[in-house]
Amino acid sequence: MIAGQTPLKVSIAATLASLLLLVVVFELIRSRRLRERYALLWVLTGIVLLVLSAWRGGLNTTAGWVGVETYPPAVLFAVALLFVLAVLLHYSTVLSKLSDQNVILAQRVALLEERLSSESTPEAEPERAPAEAAAPASPAR
Amino acid sequence: MKKLAIVPAYNEEGAIGGVVDEIRAFDPGFDVVVIDDASADRTAEAAARRGARVVRLPFNLGIGGAVQTGFRYAFDGDYDIVARIDGDGQHDPAQLSKLLPVVLGGEADVCVGSRFAGADGYRSSGVRRIGIRILARTVSLLTGQRLTDTTSGFQVLNRRAIALFAQDYPHDYPEVEAAVMVHKHRLRLAEAPVSMREREHGSSSITALRSIYYMAKVLLAVIVGMFRRSATPAEGG
Repeated sequence: MIAGQTPLKVSIAATLASLLLLVVVFELIRSRRLRERYALLWVLTGIVLLVLSAWRGGLNTTAGWVGVETYPPAVLFAVALLFVLAVLLHYSTVLSKLSDQNVILAQRVALLEERLSSESTPEAEPERAPAEAAAPASPAR
Repeated sequence: MKKLAIVPAYNEEGAIGGVVDEIRAFDPGFDVVVIDDASADRTAEAAARRGARVVRLPFNLGIGGAVQTGFRYAFDGDYDIVARIDGDGQHDPAQLSKLLPVVLGGEADVCVGSRFAGADGYRSSGVRRIGIRILARTVSLLTGQRLTDTTSGFQVLNRRAIALFAQDYPHDYPEVEAAVMVHKHRLRLAEAPVSMREREHGSSSITALRSIYYMAKVLLAVIVGMFRRSATPAEGG
């Protein structure tokens, strides 16, 4: 069976859009607003979309593989959607990790504050006093 | 002159004590700070028992975040010289004698102990070795300086480098990006041949699949980094 052809204008528009995505991602990394760790998936997305947009034969062949016969650019949408899903899922794991770490930080800060305030007012700790009273028994004093 | 040894450690309770002792044996003038990167074992206790200062991170930051904690400690404590030594025992503190003179003599701001610069061979698994070579080649190309081992964490740094890294240090797998940063900020980087030991305890934190991820990430960071305008390094003090 013969797959349909991608309209030239669609290819040009999609190529420009992919390039724009790559340039924006690059600029965000360069200006330190996006960490490399989180940029990697975006870079991969941009490259895959760029290849599928610019390489018209490749898009038509891929469309043939997955059974899209009438309109190959539909594959572009599908691939883009898949990558956006992957990025979102990745964000969910990052968000989960961040909220776990946030809890740990809050607990650490609260415990440190408690320790600081109890050190600045030693009489607030009745347990320590008997131990210190017992100390003079040592021959060092 | 205040000297500090920064020892990042993650689950190294078996090796960390020996590392601290060896640093003291090499030069008692070194203060030792162990950065415990949220180990699950008793790394912090083992280090403290040998008289090291211990900074315990509240959760795992990875090697870059752990080492930068050490640089911040060094910067705040007005240290003039920092030696970076891994907590797993693969770096022999006695070999600091090869790195220290280069920095103390003013020939370089950062001196890296290289496994490949000298005749002394270093055996590493095939994939990792190739990865190390590719990264070294890339960095050599970008900096215009022949470097043989850009993944070595065995380093001696002066105050200018401490100030730079206290302010900005790469994450995850930092040595490669740090080498490019040093170049961009017009600090001088030198290598000195050292031999490293086989790991005594634990296993390397980098497995085969992760190496590919790290390679991609580090290459991206290094290439984008070359297009970054560099801030002038903060003056020490």
